[in-house]
Amino acid sequence: MKTTEEIFSLLKEKFGDAVIELKADKPVEPFMIVDPLLVDKICSFLRDENDLEFDSLMNLSGVDDANGEKVRDEKGLESIKGGTLSVYYHLESTKLKRKLVIKTAANREKPEVATVTDVWKCADWHEREAYDMYGIIFLNHPDLRRILMPYDWEFGYPLRKDYKNPEFYQGMKVPY
Amino acid sequence: MGLLDQEFTEGNIVIAKTEDLFNWARLSSLWQVGFGLACCAIEMMATSASHYDFDRFGVIPRPSPRQSDVIIISGTVTFKMAIRIKRLYEQMPDPKYVISMGSCSNCGGPYWEHGYHVLKGVDRVIPVDVYVPGCPPRPEALLEGLLKLQEKIRNESIVKKSA
Repeated sequence: MKTTEEIFSLLKEKFGDAVIELKADKPVEPFMIVDPLLVDKICSFLRDENDLEFDSLMNLSGVDDANGEKVRDEKGLESIKGGTLSVYYHLESTKLKRKLVIKTAANREKPEVATVTDVWKCADWHEREAYDMYGIIFLNHPDLRRILMPYDWEFGYPLRKDYKNPEFYQGMKVPY
Repeated sequence: MGLLDQEFTEGNIVIAKTEDLFNWARLSSLWQVGFGLACCAIEMMATSASHYDFDRFGVIPRPSPRQSDVIIISGTVTFKMAIRIKRLYEQMPDPKYVISMGSCSNCGGPYWEHGYHVLKGVDRVIPVDVYVPGCPPRPEALLEGLLKLQEKIRNESIVKKSA
């Protein structure tokens, strides 16, 4: 069975610059950062390759890194310009009984990430949730609609760090 | 309050005020909409079950709002659900009553500040007769709420406007 370092060098060999770095200095298990537009290719390799066989996507979650520049407009409302939105993939190989975490970061102004629904079917609703909460666009997703918020919610993506609630939604007052 | 003013031993005639008779009939068979939203609904179902036995007050869940007298808002009212609750309420025939059960439907509960998806009190979309506090309220509390609603109905008048 391969260690995370070995998987990283294998991916690096196969995909070159699309595999950016291996982070092992965090107090969580080591994870690797990959290119957002090639994550589907990398994932399908991780699923199909002998001795990797990550057949299960345990979780897919969006994160607002809030690492951009904080801008105040004339009304005093704070928003974040630049920086990244991330997607984390927690994979498991049920056959080899091992886990792997990969991360991809997309530009906040144009957060586009390739979909992995073709690799793991269960990614469908996870990606819809990440889209609903963070506005991350999953390219080639079969059905990218909001999943939790109302379909006609036009006030942005609620889990972004600079999200502001509207005063009214369909005539109902929103703040307490 | 006695419902019957007088009873004749022969002839099977009873005399009562129409108001009292109607109110008594209404409060004794409050059929509720078979509808639950969140964890409060579990307590509501427990209240309906044999241990607390909602049926002894004449409360039976009905599968349609058109056959119901009372709607128990048992749980967190999200904006998405608020639109549907309003529609359910409008489909109920008059006279209709609303019990708001639990902190969430009373005022937003734990979602009052950061709940971007929660309506801060169901009384923002439909009028509420009785608020039952608790998170979630125990079945005894819901029964108390129902008794309060019955008290309210008992004092209703068909001529005078109620509060």
